[in-house]
Parts: sequence; structure tokens; C-alpha cells
Amino acid sequence: MSDNLLKVRDLKIGATVYPPGEKPHDIEIVHGVSFDLERGKVLGLIGESGAGKSTIGLASMAYGRGGVKITGGEVWVNGREILKTSLKDIRNLRGGEVTYVSQSAAASFNPAKKIMDQVVEAAVEQKKFSRKEAEARARELFAKLGLPDPDNIGERYPHQVSGGQLQRCMTALALCPEPDLVVFDEPTTALDVTTQIDVLMAIKEAIRDTGVAALYITHDLAVVAQVSDDIMVLKMGNTVEYGTTDQIINNPQEEYTRALVSVRSIEHEEKKPTPEPVLSVEGITARYKGLNFDVLHNVNVDLHPGQTLAVVGESGSGKSTLARVITGLLPPRDGEITFAGRKLSRDLAGRSREDLRELQMIYQMADVAMNPRQTVGTIIGRPLEFYFNMRGAEKRKRIIELLDEIELGEKFMDRYPAELSGGQKQRVCIARSLAAKPKMIICDEVTSALDPLVADGILKLLLDLQKIEDVAYLFITHDLATVRAISDSIAVMYQGRVVRYGPKSQVLSPPFDDYTDLLLSSVPEMHLGWLEEVVAHRKMESAGN
Amino acid sequence: MKLVVQRIALGLLLLLAVSVLIFAGTIILPGDVAQSILGQSATPEALANLREELGLNEPAITRYFDWLFAALQGDLGVALTNGRDIAESIGQRMSNTLFLAFWAALISVPLAILLGLIAVRYKDRWPDKAISAITLASISIPEFLIGYLLMYFIAVKLGWFPSVAMIGDHMNLLQKLQAIALPVMVLTLVVLAHMMRMTRAAILNVMQSAYIETAELKGLTGFQVIARHAFPNAIAPIVNVVMLNLAYLVVGVVVIEVVFVYPGMGQYLVDHVSKRDVPVVQACGLIFAAVYIGLNMIADIVSILANPRLRHPK
Repeated sequence: MSDNLLKVRDLKIGATVYPPGEKPHDIEIVHGVSFDLERGKVLGLIGESGAGKSTIGLASMAYGRGGVKITGGEVWVNGREILKTSLKDIRNLRGGEVTYVSQSAAASFNPAKKIMDQVVEAAVEQKKFSRKEAEARARELFAKLGLPDPDNIGERYPHQVSGGQLQRCMTALALCPEPDLVVFDEPTTALDVTTQIDVLMAIKEAIRDTGVAALYITHDLAVVAQVSDDIMVLKMGNTVEYGTTDQIINNPQEEYTRALVSVRSIEHEEKKPTPEPVLSVEGITARYKGLNFDVLHNVNVDLHPGQTLAVVGESGSGKSTLARVITGLLPPRDGEITFAGRKLSRDLAGRSREDLRELQMIYQMADVAMNPRQTVGTIIGRPLEFYFNMRGAEKRKRIIELLDEIELGEKFMDRYPAELSGGQKQRVCIARSLAAKPKMIICDEVTSALDPLVADGILKLLLDLQKIEDVAYLFITHDLATVRAISDSIAVMYQGRVVRYGPKSQVLSPPFDDYTDLLLSSVPEMHLGWLEEVVAHRKMESAGN
Repeated sequence: MKLVVQRIALGLLLLLAVSVLIFAGTIILPGDVAQSILGQSATPEALANLREELGLNEPAITRYFDWLFAALQGDLGVALTNGRDIAESIGQRMSNTLFLAFWAALISVPLAILLGLIAVRYKDRWPDKAISAITLASISIPEFLIGYLLMYFIAVKLGWFPSVAMIGDHMNLLQKLQAIALPVMVLTLVVLAHMMRMTRAAILNVMQSAYIETAELKGLTGFQVIARHAFPNAIAPIVNVVMLNLAYLVVGVVVIEVVFVYPGMGQYLVDHVSKRDVPVVQACGLIFAAVYIGLNMIADIVSILANPRLRHPK
């Protein structure tokens, strides 16, 4: 075991918390985690938010983010205990032996400096290479990672390249000093699926070609299964299961791991369209003020009562803009919206209170969609007062009913949003929209910010509520697994156009158009070797053409 | 570049507006120039003659444009009290003021930024607290008091520098510097705190960014992280405060000039205000406004240029 590159023993990590109204105190967030990593191998750290996976990754660089402190245990890198070494030694380790790739390259690159300056900085600073050698190596890495114009891309500023390209630049930054270990912290989570697949493949090949070892941190088991040799499943700072990738995926031992593997297994029977749609969008064309091009082109979709229409697409496809047009926030340039048998005014000011009541909305970020200084009871009670003029005991009774429907119960009535978890906050937002007794709810990426298991719970709740309340959902998402789980019909959007539209069974069955095919085949699947299969398949196709 | 041009145009427009205000302000004042030249006991005939001579019977609009165009050509008129050409007098005074401001800025700006960087590096530790305490104390004490205190200890007790900052053409640079040493010290103490605290706040704000973590994880030292990665992104707010203070060094040093009997613009203005010499007051007001607007314009342009998104569009 002595030739292990990274050896972690009984690692304990603490943090100081500042709860409102209480004295600051220390809590433990990682409770004694141990693992080993050999040279050239990849270990996947997987878990939901709060599992401590990023914290453990950064501990391998003896770094604590914010008020995080390593309180116990040992971390050995290249045969030396880095928690007991001097600050100078740690500096040599960081950026030299161990490097880091963060989730958001856009935030992790300094906006004021050229990409090349930042990519070679660590290598030069650690005296691994001269500036010239480092630049040559950076250009090599840019080419290897599939970046366009590798000889000159380093001269650009971070805002001048796309998100996917910047994420690859970040990988080049990490690989440039020829480190022994790279910590990848959710490197593809912020990317669109079709971009994710390219970056994932680039990272995997770079790991293979340079022989570097890696800690790969993610919440997406299907992704980590493609790149890692071993996987460690973490929950609330404890190791749940630790084994080879094959064993974890195909033969999970623990209940929690099984839940992660089988996540998104909701079965939903597709409903037949009714003769009278609740929402009918006809020929909508729209553009934002100050832009000289349309962001929506002639969009036509129908939503039937008590059913779910999923609008799926990548960032910039216009799916959220469609929601803004339907709600009246962005008056369209052309086209008509018919809702519950009546024509809707193009802009918000022209809509009746009844229009507003029957068309509700739930957002991605539940915590900013609620007033932090109001209790859950006040938040849910507000639409009851506003639309139904409910007061006193009657209102209270209805709030409790709603709290029961979202599976939280009366005890949550006097809590503040800050005291709720992400999933609970989203449930409160659902209750608030249901309080208006709407005919239709627009759900804009409502599960995107949530952990997979929590998101599953929200989707199940939405489906159950649909049966009880007979409400229709316009479900906007970039996640095809979510689409499969809950939709009755699907509209695939690409660059402001609906490229495919119909009942779920039809949209998700071949023959596909090119874009839908690309989108569907890019969704990571929970089996080993999926990444290589897809990439090989695409190469064959492009060779065939 | 469109933004820069816009900003310059805005600056010029603002200056024009200020010139209107200055002119209007002196008209609104009771009495006119003729009255102030001849005094309360002047006969109506004499007043009428002088008004005719000075063109005061023309409508205000005409006088304003005459004054403005003359000023644009460098002709600021003649001082009423001593009949000297104002532009000439101001030229000498202005160069003295700029000389003092230049040396005060040369010392205080780098010092303030350096102290700000040190305060960030040792945030919440004793160097930070000491710097904050000292600079706050120096900004809280009235400037004339600091002036007299320094004069008492350094000039009178220790005898290192002269207490009166008289400079003239016959002196060489070293002698001049020796003469202005005390006022420069006072001015530095007065403007230091503001700039230092803004530097500290602006950099601390940037230190929250993810790219600072990236820099730390490259194994850079604390100062490297601050100087290379945090400072370039904090330039805009820092430059703004620096320019405000530079403007103060030029237009706001009246008290210091009086305390140290320094022959600068401030004293010139004060002298002529007390004598109701309206053309001089107008000229000084216009120049001060130009300096103030000009420096703030530079600050805005630097902020625009410091933003890589504006400098290098996609």
C-alpha cells in the first residue's frame, strides 16, 4: 500500500456554522472517511449535496473552503502527510502535484486575464516548466482536449469562449503542470448534455493519455460510471459503500446505493389527448427588447387538461422565453394564446384576475421565489386571501389541507423558508401555486437545482397532485430523464423552434430527426462503457456520411 | 470605444452646465460688479458710466456667451481689485497648486493602495486593525489641527522643515520640496484613509470570487493572489475613489494653503472672495469645476477600459 499516490485515513472535517439567532458553533461535516488511490486510477466520489464530497476532494489539497477546517485523520500524498507539513510544502503541492477542476469554469477563470496566462501560471510558479515550455504544453493540451484553434485560443479572454470550451480550458489548466492527481469537482454538471458528452470524453482521454490519477466528484452516478475505476458513495459525511465501479453499478450492496442506481424509475402511463386543450399556443414569434432577431419562431403547441406537456431543450433554446410569453411577461410579436377557451391578452396588464389565478408558475430557485421574512403559513395563505378572500379559521383550515397535500403537515406552518431543505422549499412553492386552484401550472426547471432522490420525490408529488386536482403542467426542463418520467406529450426545442412535437411515445420513438437523436443519445446511461459506445457510434455515422 | 466617447461628451456637457450655474450664481448676488468696484458711496452717474464701460447693460445671455467664449480662448478677464490679467495670475497659482497636489498624490496614492493590500492580506489581524485605526484617526482630526500639530512638532520643535511653505521661482526643486514637505504630509494623512479603505473593501469583495480559490489552489502566496488576481478586478472602484481624492487635492486644499501660507489657487480664491472680485471667483469656479469633472471623467474611462468585456468584445 505504500506506493499509493493518495492515502486518506479516518479524515474528519469540521465547519463553523452561524445559525440565525444562535451562537456560532462548530459541527462535524465529514466523519472519518478512508480511501486509497493508485497512480493512474480514477476514484469517483458520489453523493447528494451535503455529502461532503467536494470537501473531501479539497482536503486532498489540504484546503478548506470558507470556514471549513480539517479536524482529524491523515492525508498522504506521494508518501508524505500533507496535514502535518509546512505551508510552503502545501503551496508546492497545490498546483504542482495536485490540481483542481471546478464545476463552474466561467466563475473559476479570472475575467481580467488571458486564458493562457492562467493555464500556465501554476506550472511556471511551481518551476515545473519555463514559461515557453508551459505554453507549448498548454497548446498541446488544448489540441488534445478538442478545442478549436489550439494555437491561439489562449490569447482570448474567458468571456470570449463558450462554457463548454472554458470547461476544457480548465482541464488544460489542471493538466498543464503534469500533476500526479487531479481533483475534478462536478466538471460537467453545468453543461448541456450534448456538450457534456464531448467534455467527458476529452477528460477521459486526457486522463488515459497523461497517466494522471483523478478524484472525480459528481452527484450523477451515470456520469461517474463512465470515467472511474472505483466508486465511493457518500452520505452526510459518511462512507455508504466503497467498491469497484462494476460492483457499485451492477451489484450495489446498500439500500442507499440501490436507490441512487435506480433513481428516475418513475413509471407514468401516457394519457390520450382530449378534444379541448386547456392551453393552445399558435404561431408565437417573440423577441427581446433591444435585440434584432427573434428568439421564438412560430411556436405551436397544445396542452390538454390534467396532462403534462414537457418542453425540452438546451440552454438558449427558447424554452423559458416561451414560458414568459405564456405568462404575459414578454408580449409576443405575433401569434395567439388561447387559455381555457378564451383568448389571453398579449401582455400582463391586460389580463383579468381570473386569468392570473388559473395560470400559476413554479420556479427553479425555490428559495428566491419566497419572501425570507414570511412564514410558510403566510406564503401559502396569500393567494387564498388574494383570489378567494379567505380569512381566519377558514384560511387556516385550507393552509393545513395544502400542507398535508404536499406531505409536510401542519407543523411547518410557522417555519421560515431558511429553516427548510431545498426539496421542502419547492414543496411550499407547489402548495402556493395550488392554493389558487389553477387550471394549469408552468413548472420552469423545478427539479434542476435538487438532488436526484429529492427531485424524484417532487416529481412523484406533482404526478399525485395532478390526479387529485386535475391540473395541467407545462413542464420546462433540459433533463430528458425527467421528461420520460412525467410527460404525456413533448415539444423538443432548438434555437427558438419546436423541432419535434407529439405524444411522448411518438416523440421518444424512432425515426428521429438529427437534433432529437443527438439529444437522446447524449443522456448518460447507467452502464459501463456507454460513453465509448456513443462516441464510437457517432464516429461511425459521421464516417458513413 | 463608443462608451468612452459618450462619457467624454457627457463630461463636456456637464462642464457647460456648471458654467451656466457659476455665471447665474454671480448674477443673482445682490449688487453688481460696478457697485462692488465703486463701493456703497458711488454716485449713480459713475455707476452708470462704469456699467456702460463694462458692458453690464447687455442682456445676461449675451454677457454669458461673451464670457464663455473668452474663457474658452484663455481670456479670463481682468481682476477688478488690481487690474491684473486673471489668466496670468491663475497660471502661476495653478502650477503651484498642481505642484503640491502632484507630490501629495505621488506619496498618498501608492501608499494607500499598498496599505489596502496589506490590510486585505492580514484581514482581521493586527496589521489590518492598526492600519484601519491610524487612517481613521487621521481622517477624523480636522486638517488644520493636523497642520498645526505637525508644524509645532516637526517645524518648531525638531526644526526639520520650514513651517511656512513659501515657494518661488528662485528655488530649485529640492528647496521647493523641502518647503512643501509639511503640507504634503498633512494632505497625505487626510486623503489616505478614504483610498485605503476603498481599496480594502473592493479587494475583499473580489476575494469572494471562485477564481480566487483557483489561484489559491495553484499554490500562489497570499500576496500573489491579491496582487495578480484580486487587484486587477478591483481597479474600477479604486480608481473612482483615487480620482475623487485627487480632485480634492486640487480644489479642496484651501484650508491647508491658508495654514501654511502657500501661494496656491485656494488662497487666491479666498483672497478675492473676501474682496468681492467676481471675475476672479468665476474664473476659479470654472477651473475647479473643470478639474473635478475632468478627473471623474478619467476615472470612468479607466473603469470602462479596465473591463475586459468592453475592451475585448466577443
